[in-house]
Amino acid sequence: MKSKDYLDELEAEAIYILREVAGQFDRPALLFSGGKDSICLVHLALKAFRPGKFPFPLVHVDTGHNFEEAITYRDNLAKKIDEKLIVRYVADTIKAKKLQDGKGKFPSRNGLQTYTLLDVIEEFEFDACIGGARRDEEKARAKERIFSVRDEFGQWDPKMQRPELWNIYNGKINKGENVRVFPISNWTELDVWNYIKRENIELPSIYFTHERECILTESGQLMNTNEFVTIEDKDVIVNRNVRYRTVGDMTCTAAIESEAYTVDDIISELKEAKISERGATRMDDRVSEAAMEDRKKGGYF
Amino acid sequence: MQLLRFFTAGNVDDGKSTLIGRLLYDSNSISTDIIETLTRQSKTTGTNTEIDLALLTDGLRAEREQGITIDVAYKYFSTDKRKFIIADTPGHIQYTRNMFTGASNANLAIILVDARNGITDQTKRHSIISAILGIPHVLVCINKMDLVNYTEDKYKQIESDYLTFAKQLNLKDISFIPASALAGDNVVTKSAKMTWYKGKPLLEFLETIEITEAKQTDVSRFQVQYVIRPQTDELHDYRGFAGRVVSGSYKKGQRVTVLPSGIESTIDKLEVNQEEVEFAETNTPIVLHLKDDVDISRGNSIVPTEYLPRTEREFTATICWMDNASYIPGQKILLQQNSFRTKAIVKEVISKVDIHSFKALDSDGTMNLNDICKVLIKTAEPISFDSYLDNRNSGSFILINENTNNTIAAGTID
Repeated sequence: MKSKDYLDELEAEAIYILREVAGQFDRPALLFSGGKDSICLVHLALKAFRPGKFPFPLVHVDTGHNFEEAITYRDNLAKKIDEKLIVRYVADTIKAKKLQDGKGKFPSRNGLQTYTLLDVIEEFEFDACIGGARRDEEKARAKERIFSVRDEFGQWDPKMQRPELWNIYNGKINKGENVRVFPISNWTELDVWNYIKRENIELPSIYFTHERECILTESGQLMNTNEFVTIEDKDVIVNRNVRYRTVGDMTCTAAIESEAYTVDDIISELKEAKISERGATRMDDRVSEAAMEDRKKGGYF
Repeated sequence: MQLLRFFTAGNVDDGKSTLIGRLLYDSNSISTDIIETLTRQSKTTGTNTEIDLALLTDGLRAEREQGITIDVAYKYFSTDKRKFIIADTPGHIQYTRNMFTGASNANLAIILVDARNGITDQTKRHSIISAILGIPHVLVCINKMDLVNYTEDKYKQIESDYLTFAKQLNLKDISFIPASALAGDNVVTKSAKMTWYKGKPLLEFLETIEITEAKQTDVSRFQVQYVIRPQTDELHDYRGFAGRVVSGSYKKGQRVTVLPSGIESTIDKLEVNQEEVEFAETNTPIVLHLKDDVDISRGNSIVPTEYLPRTEREFTATICWMDNASYIPGQKILLQQNSFRTKAIVKEVISKVDIHSFKALDSDGTMNLNDICKVLIKTAEPISFDSYLDNRNSGSFILINENTNNTIAAGTID
């Protein structure tokens, strides 16, 4: 038998997982962020379910700190593929639950979005939430199952994970619980980009190099100047050719200096890159070595 | 570019995590920020080297505190030749179930042996599990050669001991590499201290080994995962059976039988990503259409009429018990084989496999965590299957506790 290309294998695995979600759950949802990973999930879902409709809506937890380009992309995509999009706002949760908004120079709503996520799961009684997390992103994620069972508080218990064997996914749960499903668990950042190239998938423009005004932080990160960030006199403001390697909140996602104008440029840049995806761009994971593990245990993706 | 999935198994102190760390580190697969974090961590919790490579895979806080690996960790790296997915599985006895998990999808096993200790009970256990799971290639990596002065005699002794032990296991392809993960000998580069070893270093071995798919008959198997019914005006009668070609291949016009109902029909149309194709090979996600209007639901098999699998309500299998709670005789359970689920019971525990000698021992009827037993299973609905050794996909299943929903056992059908 002739061997297949590894991208075919990864794609087949992801489609298989998406169809398992459709077959095993009553009310699944696809968590869509406007980032490249969830864009790939939508592309895979088209392959898995067309000419039928998706057996799930797209759900976006909008922190209010998103890049405009990502939001526009999100709305256009939902329209283009004619699928249901549900958006819930962290700002509404803050108001309703009288929560403390993020503070400081770069106010993060990263922790706060967990509340909104758990609320939207409860509102629609979602029993499975599909996400674009990958195991290569972070050490805690490397140990999470593809079907990851969460209790009614959304918590992940790494020591109680179900064994996951062959291509058999056990999504059986009790009422109130839900399963987080990660179809592209086995993809790396480079795999995602190779796939985007092969499938010619369109992306929000901020992934590609553009000129942008940024604060050059003391640790050398480039943070976009915007209405949510406190700009002080001592700040070093620079104009640089930058792009985003991940699309998160404007307040906690750093840009990287780059001359990558095309997908091909990005692929060669990544092959040369010496810094990991989260390390390069996420301020929130630098806080502690177990930051992600703790957030996941609390219900985060 | 090809994909190779392998897993590593060894004793707690065989240096498994260090070996993986070395592979990643020396193949330039680790980013500088992660190396910085590691250097920082190594100073506080690390064992002895400058950078404790094991910290790369010991991801969870409890593991870092206890210095052990508690769950399967997946790691990814690629070279110009291949993409690799590593399942790093823990060695201690209480985590046999994790090894089963990590090994189930692998095409190659790396079994680590400490050159000072030679073959241990755990080496045997890992090899037996590899045999039960039909892993096509086994590589015995004799590690810590630096601690036995890189002597060939030691290596030869372990090699011959292993081959003697492995005779009974029917492992298809066994290779040996002497190495030191800590010092980097024969991991990415050939060791200058073991010139007597003429083989390839580990990475080159992994890049070049010809991957035999886990022994698959070319018999075609397909199971329905989901029925696509758009029910729109223009696609009013569209009814497509979505699933993956589990093994073999399917072609348009082929005569097929739907199981368990036994109804025959012909493939009217095969679609891949909404395009019609004449032919679909193993592992392709397809949408299959039949000429006749047959009642088919999720979990049904559509198979070539001339090569039917067995379809029965009783069969014997080898299972690994994975739940903390022991098996209760007569306990009603669910059985899942790919997308097919049915109620079932373990009718009889026939024998227990001695995990260190591979002998069948008399069973006292109990099954506890990490026990491997031969059992007789009875299902509520008939199940279509092949022997696991012929077909890894249609011969494997899991058992689920109806009450806790936990996966309590994994099995391979005889």
